[in-house]
Amino acid sequence: MFRNQYDNDVSTWSPQGRIHQLEYALEAVKQGSAAVGLRSKDYAVLLVLKRSSGELASYQKKLIKVDDHMGIAIAGLTSDARDISNFMRTEAMRSKMLFDQPLPVGRIVSAIGEKAQKRTVMYGERPFGVGLLVIGYDETGPHLYECSPSGNNLEYYAMSIGARSQSAKTYLESKYSEFNDASLEDLVKHGLQALRDTLQQDSIVGVDREFEIIEGEDLKRYLDLIGDTGRPRRGQGTATSAADAHLTEDIAPMDTDSV
Amino acid sequence: MSGIGTGYDIYSSTYSPDGRLFQIEYANKAVENSGTAIGLRVKGGVVLAVEKLVQSKLVVPGSNKRILSADMHVGIVSAGLLSDGRYIAQSARDEAKSWRDNYRQPISGKSMADRLGLFVQAHTLYSSVRPLGAGTIIGTYLDGEATLYMIEPSGVYWGYHGCAVGKGKSVAKTEIEKLKLDEMSVQEAVREAARIIHTAHDEAKDKDFELEITWICEESKGKHTAVPKDIVEEAERLAKESIKSEMDDA
Amino acid sequence: MNHFPSQWGKPRQENVDEYNTVPLYNNMPQSHAAAGPMTRTQQPVVTGTSVIALKYKDGIMMAADNLASYGSLARFRDIERLHPVGEHTIIGASGDISDYQYIQHMLQNVMIDQHCEDDGHTLGTPHIYEYLFRVMYNRRSKFNPLWNALVVGGVHKGERFLGYVDLKGTTYQNSTIATGFGGHLAQPILRKAVEGREDTLTEEEAIKIIDDCMRVLFYRDARSINKLQRAKITAEGFEITEPYSVETEWSFAESIRGYGA
Repeated sequence: MFRNQYDNDVSTWSPQGRIHQLEYALEAVKQGSAAVGLRSKDYAVLLVLKRSSGELASYQKKLIKVDDHMGIAIAGLTSDARDISNFMRTEAMRSKMLFDQPLPVGRIVSAIGEKAQKRTVMYGERPFGVGLLVIGYDETGPHLYECSPSGNNLEYYAMSIGARSQSAKTYLESKYSEFNDASLEDLVKHGLQALRDTLQQDSIVGVDREFEIIEGEDLKRYLDLIGDTGRPRRGQGTATSAADAHLTEDIAPMDTDSV
Repeated sequence: MSGIGTGYDIYSSTYSPDGRLFQIEYANKAVENSGTAIGLRVKGGVVLAVEKLVQSKLVVPGSNKRILSADMHVGIVSAGLLSDGRYIAQSARDEAKSWRDNYRQPISGKSMADRLGLFVQAHTLYSSVRPLGAGTIIGTYLDGEATLYMIEPSGVYWGYHGCAVGKGKSVAKTEIEKLKLDEMSVQEAVREAARIIHTAHDEAKDKDFELEITWICEESKGKHTAVPKDIVEEAERLAKESIKSEMDDA
Repeated sequence: MNHFPSQWGKPRQENVDEYNTVPLYNNMPQSHAAAGPMTRTQQPVVTGTSVIALKYKDGIMMAADNLASYGSLARFRDIERLHPVGEHTIIGASGDISDYQYIQHMLQNVMIDQHCEDDGHTLGTPHIYEYLFRVMYNRRSKFNPLWNALVVGGVHKGERFLGYVDLKGTTYQNSTIATGFGGHLAQPILRKAVEGREDTLTEEEAIKIIDDCMRVLFYRDARSINKLQRAKITAEGFEITEPYSVETEWSFAESIRGYGA
């Protein structure tokens, strides 16, 4: 590991015009297991890979519902994500209370960006150590955003974050032109293909559906959809093969608070 | 004797022995690495434009706006760290609102630039914060009068007829200097802005980019809004043509 | 609780510090105490009178006169009490004019926020109505009401919307609404003319009903003037007329003593 005198705190620029602490925070996102998000013209879906720290532990929560029309997938520090999702829920309630309007997805995303950015300016507070994929359905249709510790948040047709998300991204980039007109099932199928390895949980929001988390037996239906297409998967394509995620991920034992 | 590695460049609250503030210079580096943003102040309004570098084809085109509004009549575009740019824009919104709360009037471009200049400069005073890595252009149009200001990471600001920040700022500046901004209509300025951004774009180094243009003028009813799609498309078509014919000449 | 049995049943003597609690208890300067408890707005000052509104075939029609009274004095005769918010909403205000101007300012802030977001989401009439309701209810809950009765009319997603909210945070929606004196004088006329015919009333008929009501109000409401504005909101947008007058008939007064004849 390299060290330099410019990477001690977030309030220091490096001579190249970079902020090393911020870049390290972005690395924290990659410590978490992968999450994939996709959207068509009617739906947005999130798919995540759940991890467990050991046989006696349960699987760490990766999907959080914010409101009937919105939810997030997280990768990185869970406790930071809880802070953010709490904020999102409060804002969602505020919008309902003040304007009788479901909170527009883009607006909560920029509010999160603002929160995240403030932590990149001042010494004493560290940047968030979590990346989010936010999906939601509002007046302007379904949306998928990525929120990163840097305070940047972009809207995507499809995106993946977390450990080895690059391979999922490669798949998504090769297929994204099909997503817009894809059916919900096809969208989930593409998401599963992108996630490829064992998968325990996913969620949907869209034109006629509230945000719902699908896991266990209900998930099996979708897993059966991809069957044995493509490369052979390492895990069994069922919801009960949770241990595979644990085995196939190269996580260190102390990483239990990274999901 | 001073410079990188001497320890005089860790905090913006520390001068180097020759009186420089390295942290601000480093922040400027971040600005120089980002897509070009320009502002043109012409007869009946202001035009802002930015070269939005597209990092991934998965990004939804037209989303993720870079030019922001701070009030009905105030447009802000920045080059550098995107999130710092939004931070400054948010501060601009707060200033615009506070001005309206106090005086029941829209804020002038001059006052806005002054307040934002102070805000940016405040981030150069303390070791506990870093200078903001964003060069910010502010355009306003109020009661028939247009203003254009640009704030640097040091907090310094000047008023301009035309200005540019980011990667292609020297190319853009050369192009802007050729224009007769005082005699130009807003419509012409939109076409010129499109051409300048296209000229400043370095195809060899950067991949794809999206052009974002906004204006504040009579045609937009004094409001800061995106230039209508058909006008932008036409401007881009003309821009590409003119660049092509220039290349053929050369 | 007073622990002296001899005091029981007698009026309390607030000016005698029986327990010697000064300065702990009586820490309010005498001059302030003399002013009594703190109070907030107890009454409106410069006021606008009735606003009336109805639903008709194409949308909403609303009217209010241009007077701001100072007590019974017709103080300002060019006040506009119909205020557009966004493209498809009009707010009509009766009650305290300065509170109404404050509400306008708040709404302007909200609309500037919307402009800055620039994300294709706009606030429709029901959203603005909800916002006003929350503001009014919140203020009355602090015992510091904005002294107004507001009418919110508009068209949202092809639906006509007409609602009322007042200083107490009371809300209701109806196909006819009248505030203040109009609630007594215009509402019966409006109900008779409009109820059941909301989907068939033409613009001309609606104008006639509105003008008839405003005429009655001018005749009988001593805080009104014969200079008014009318607004219509349809799916296409809103239109507010220039100030105009309704025709009145005063010849009957010729022979009545006290009418000036």
